[in-house]
Amino acid sequence: MDHREKSRMQEDSGKVQGWDIILDDLTAGYGKQHVVLERINATIPAGKITVILGGSGCGKSTLLRHIIGLSKPLGGSIRIGGHDLFALKSETFRQLRRQMGVLFQDGALLGSLTVADNVALPLSEHLRLSKKVIAKEVRRVLSMVELDEAAGLFPHELSGGMRKRAGLARAIIANPRILLCDEPTSGLDPITAARMDALLLSMHRRFPEMTIVCVSHDLQSLEQIAEHVIVLKDGACLFCGNLIDLQSSRHPYLVQFLARDGGEGTLECGATMQPEVAEALARWLRS
Amino acid sequence: MSFWDICTRIGRNMRYRVDALGAFALFLLSGLRHIFDSRRILPRTLRQLYVIGCQSLFVILLIGIFCGMVLGLQGYYTLVSFGSVGLLGSAISLTLIRELGPVLTAIMLTGRAGSSMTAEIGVMRISDQIDALDVMDINSMAYLVSPRLLAALISYPLLTAVFDVIGIIGGYLTGVLMLGINEGTYFYRIESSVTMADVEGGFIKSVVFALLVTAVCCYEGYMTHKRRDSMGPEAVGTATTEAVVASCVLILAADYVLTSMLL
Repeated sequence: MDHREKSRMQEDSGKVQGWDIILDDLTAGYGKQHVVLERINATIPAGKITVILGGSGCGKSTLLRHIIGLSKPLGGSIRIGGHDLFALKSETFRQLRRQMGVLFQDGALLGSLTVADNVALPLSEHLRLSKKVIAKEVRRVLSMVELDEAAGLFPHELSGGMRKRAGLARAIIANPRILLCDEPTSGLDPITAARMDALLLSMHRRFPEMTIVCVSHDLQSLEQIAEHVIVLKDGACLFCGNLIDLQSSRHPYLVQFLARDGGEGTLECGATMQPEVAEALARWLRS
Repeated sequence: MSFWDICTRIGRNMRYRVDALGAFALFLLSGLRHIFDSRRILPRTLRQLYVIGCQSLFVILLIGIFCGMVLGLQGYYTLVSFGSVGLLGSAISLTLIRELGPVLTAIMLTGRAGSSMTAEIGVMRISDQIDALDVMDINSMAYLVSPRLLAALISYPLLTAVFDVIGIIGGYLTGVLMLGINEGTYFYRIESSVTMADVEGGFIKSVVFALLVTAVCCYEGYMTHKRRDSMGPEAVGTATTEAVVASCVLILAADYVLTSMLL
């Protein structure tokens, strides 16, 4: 029985919740010459924190871009709330995407707006609310991510961690059903990364219906937040299940990945520099 | 490389260019359409009016005055050999209003405002800011392109008018104050030779240039991620250069077409 039949049966028996994200034979890439993901079959369960894990360049961010609907797949489908994301009419597609909040890798805050204006954007653009009401809501969300003091600053005045938290505040202000985070802890120091994890967990407790999808290769973060894990390798889905199953897996790659083991082919700084380069370098350093 | 390979490459390149031309036309139409259906177009247009209009005013004044002064000098020494220096006012005003005003204003605005448009939108593209707008269901065309188009459509003709007036004053400085032409003759010739058709022609040109320059500059920035020759920050630089070059070529080509239609 293939995955499509399985998911259809699950749906029929009522096991699949409305906001599950179902990747069905998904093939994605940048033109047919550069396929990044090939026939991915996986389910991202609603109301859970799912971590998409994998080495650099394995297609994690590409997968996220497809779930958001920013790129169209080369084959297969992505179903959210029972709808094939790319078969929807433009208006329905937009309605569905309004249910998503996205934290981009570097926050993707608009450089010409302050943090407060960035966070207010989804409300001020779509709702006819007074400035006072929007400002109050922005303060509430900024206090959730501990950025009350930074409301008047511009993105270039923020640190990497602050930019990510501001991006998160903007992603959640419209109360989305699905929150997608692209490497929320990358480039952060251990303390800030731990605070980011704690923030995601507290959001999960506060909004239990929200589906949170994080793309990451941070193992500590994985252990802290993951309820469901998808592991990608060389464009294929190697594992899809819960964290305990992942940790007890005997698959060599998964064992190596989780143990942070460089393997036998460890790189060594063995080859010596060419003599003429060494000589030229020495002359340059003396000059 | 075989003959067949060369033909294939030329064909592929041609198809890419035709695709790009079609995409540009759709981009321009979409930008214009959102001028009418965007809810918050006014505040964004006001900001762009400040960037394109107010911030460019000084450069336009500077170029306009020197352009008029040079025209005054050249015109005087050409006309004096025919004994018709009295026509200097006509020569300067018609040259400025019909040709140099719209063309030089558009070229200056390409360098000052157009290049910054391409760079700003290009940086927004490569840093996921445009994707973020789309994900928030904010139409990036309505947010970024339409206000710039509208602001350009308003500010280009106004700046062209400023350029024309200041150029005529520049001609007055050299022709009347420095070289001694009669002041009354200078202004009488302007009044008698410039018709409303000349002013309308200059206005039409400036509107067409505004559309072309802004659309090309916004398009190059918006499509930075689809460039085949470069990526990332380098693509922003390449897109900016290409936008300025393409805009200048288009201004001169469109000027020829419009002049032949208006004469």
